Amino acid sequence: MNIEVRQADVHSNSKLKIVDVDIHPKSSVEDLKPYLSQRWWDHLVTYGARQRQGYSKGFPYPKMQPMASRRDSWPPDGGLPASNLAFMKQQFLDAYPIEYAIMNPLSPTGQGDQNSDFSAAMAYAANEFQLEGWHNQDSRLLASVVVPFEDAEATKVEVKRRAGDKRFAHVLLKTRTNDLLGKKQYWPVYEAAIEAGLPIGIHVFGTSGRPASSTGWPSFYIEDMTEHASCCQAQVASLVLEGVFDRYPELKIVMIEAGFGWMPSLGWRMDKNWKKLKDEVPHLKKAPSEYMREHIWVSTQPMEETETPEHLLDTMKWIGFDKIMFSSDYPHWDFDDPFLALPPSLDEATRNKIFCENARSLYRLS
Amino acid sequence: MTATKTAIDCDVHPTVPSLKALLPHFDEYWRNSIAERGIPGFESNTYPPRAPISVRQDWKGKNGGGNAATDVTMLSAQVLDRLGAGQAILNCLYGAHLPYSEDMGVAVAKAVNNYIQKEWLDRDPRLRASIVVPTQNIEYAVDEVERMAADKRFVQIQLVTMQETPLGRRHWWPLFAAAVKHDLPIGIHPGSTYRQSMTSLGWPSYYVEDYVSYAQAFQSQLGSLICEGAFAKFPKLKVVLMESGVTWLPGFLWRLSKFWRGVRSEVPWVDRPPGEIVREHVRLTIQPFDAPDDPAITEQMADHLGSDDILLYASDFPHWQFDGDDALPRGLPESLKRKILVDNPLATYPRLREDAR
Amino acid sequence: MASHVVAAVDEIPPGRRKLVEVAGRNIVVFNLGGDFFALNNRCPHRGGSLAHGITTALVESTVPGEYRCSRAGEMVKCPWHGWEFDIRTGKSWCDPSRLRVRQYTVTVKEGRELVEGPYKAESFPVRVENNYVVVEA
Ligand code: FES
Repeated sequence: MNIEVRQADVHSNSKLKIVDVDIHPKSSVEDLKPYLSQRWWDHLVTYGARQRQGYSKGFPYPKMQPMASRRDSWPPDGGLPASNLAFMKQQFLDAYPIEYAIMNPLSPTGQGDQNSDFSAAMAYAANEFQLEGWHNQDSRLLASVVVPFEDAEATKVEVKRRAGDKRFAHVLLKTRTNDLLGKKQYWPVYEAAIEAGLPIGIHVFGTSGRPASSTGWPSFYIEDMTEHASCCQAQVASLVLEGVFDRYPELKIVMIEAGFGWMPSLGWRMDKNWKKLKDEVPHLKKAPSEYMREHIWVSTQPMEETETPEHLLDTMKWIGFDKIMFSSDYPHWDFDDPFLALPPSLDEATRNKIFCENARSLYRLS
Repeated sequence: MTATKTAIDCDVHPTVPSLKALLPHFDEYWRNSIAERGIPGFESNTYPPRAPISVRQDWKGKNGGGNAATDVTMLSAQVLDRLGAGQAILNCLYGAHLPYSEDMGVAVAKAVNNYIQKEWLDRDPRLRASIVVPTQNIEYAVDEVERMAADKRFVQIQLVTMQETPLGRRHWWPLFAAAVKHDLPIGIHPGSTYRQSMTSLGWPSYYVEDYVSYAQAFQSQLGSLICEGAFAKFPKLKVVLMESGVTWLPGFLWRLSKFWRGVRSEVPWVDRPPGEIVREHVRLTIQPFDAPDDPAITEQMADHLGSDDILLYASDFPHWQFDGDDALPRGLPESLKRKILVDNPLATYPRLREDAR
Repeated sequence: MASHVVAAVDEIPPGRRKLVEVAGRNIVVFNLGGDFFALNNRCPHRGGSLAHGITTALVESTVPGEYRCSRAGEMVKCPWHGWEFDIRTGKSWCDPSRLRVRQYTVTVKEGRELVEGPYKAESFPVRVENNYVVVEA
């Protein structure tokens, strides 16, 4: 465990600005109602969301804290964590020097629903509400283009609709998809994002209906959480080795809420085997790790905490300090505090990159 | 040459040359079935025989026929005499884990073990082997361990990485009980029962992706073994991760430990940091060592691993993992080499410390 | 170090806690079945406010599948990342020898003594007939 003494970044340091690339304002289904047609509202109240998992409420791996949220994030006047802007400002947006925060709505958004038309309708509504309910109330809050990613055509429509709208930061996918994201069925999603000039953010979670590991269903929540990293490894390997980045050289991918300790070893493993198996993947023009370095950004949280501080730095160096962006995951329980999360030994310039410059340039924020 | 006369190569693969060679080791019913049903063989798809990593080019034998490890003289000459080792552990990857029929699984596993015993171990006293078990049914797997354990040249129980269910799940535990009873570590080797897709998100298009994905399955298995409490239940249990790639381990443990501190009450039998459990119970064979051929990075990774006890020497013959005759990555500290080559394998495999004959 | 009167005893019934500010420090006072304990409110991990955490039982196990609860309410879980701290000792469960919350000495004093003694009770009047929680900090 990292027990070096941490001094909080001085709050009054007016130079410090933070672009947080992952927060989770909460909306309710009622919030989405104005943006759903009668047909889909009726569907929602009659059949509910069908998420390729067995429970109508809750999860087969129940979280360890209600709503997976910090226990101090419940608004005093009632409501769910991060559902109340005033309290979110007080606890988070104004408590830290937040310049922008990117909203990645997780539910209700219809993503991954068994019914893909419903999924598309919900995605549209979730996007409208991010603008009306959040961004228009506080312009630091940037939206994600929630898309029904299992339906490439519907995804294209939603991305096109949002193209050119500066209030949206990226196109949002989840990591647990029905198939590997390198597969051709998802390529239209990448085309649409590039056309709209948006990066793709891939946030952990989702219900693919497949076991969380390639060796079957684990039993515990702690395993489910750990498996997000293996899932991200599979997605990154797929994107690289299936040739997505050859086909779409402008594509930019942000892996969100996956930590990043798994990155170097994956790059090395792909490189090593690619050297011997090149003839199978002739579409690759360079070593797999080079594609990773060019096309993959990572968000920091949940940031690895290494016993020896240098180990974390070794890992960050390999990924590249220009590819790492700060995220807090507010209001969730594994929240990383902006003032305390980064290794204290990072110099000012590097901290600035991670806190804001990398995100500003990726998302073209002024 | 890597090693010394006392080194132990912990991951070597004898190849069953053909189904014909195996036939004498099946009973009558299965010999008949194989002929009558036209079963072509039970080779697994994990290592397509001509894929460049399945057999190292210069190990293909005189005519480059692709039959690198099909006979004992050739294997011993390469692994023991040329690379340099006093003993080697044979892990036969023939597909006993693949049939959906439990009974067929038993038949193939038995045939493989009989074959290894007669055609390999009996022919070179320096060879040891892992017991192949029919994982279709844990009771049958235990039976097979009981059948083979009397022969002390079998030093380990071998499983493939991707199973129908995670290995920590408690229905696997009778197998661990048998392992502990007979001083046999559980060795996990890349391979799939094909009960699940190669990744948790589906089937990749390319073989290279399949192979890369084994590292993720190792992470899942290790997480399962720790979280379900397999090591709490069996304090003597040793698990060897073979051909796992190694360098994923530190990052995996950082993540698991971070969550463990916060949610450990879900699995209260995990009563110390996961890294500590790994250092006590888990060993990894050194090839492949997924890192660039750069002494500085090797050293860095050895440091991230945080223990001198957990790496075991292995050439992974005849798979390609390195070129030349030095199977140890450049940059390992000298003091660590001796441990990897000799001390750690001896500490891991109690049966190597006994006189097997 | 000074003694601070932080609450009347009946303000913090058993099982409850109170967050107080003493000499510029946030301190959380817990009542475990009549015994008072005072911990620095700041979680030594990343600074979560322990006063916002739940208190719960110590969960242990001797064999996988067994969940044994004891000492109900004596562990406080940080509201952020859920690390558990023993309210009686301040020690973390996950790394007790290296990681603990600072503890302060607490005593219960009769109002009669307080009126006379060198005590600081900034925020409320002390009555002779009541008992009070006093923190040394
Ligand atoms: S801040 Fe308390 S557990 Fe992390």
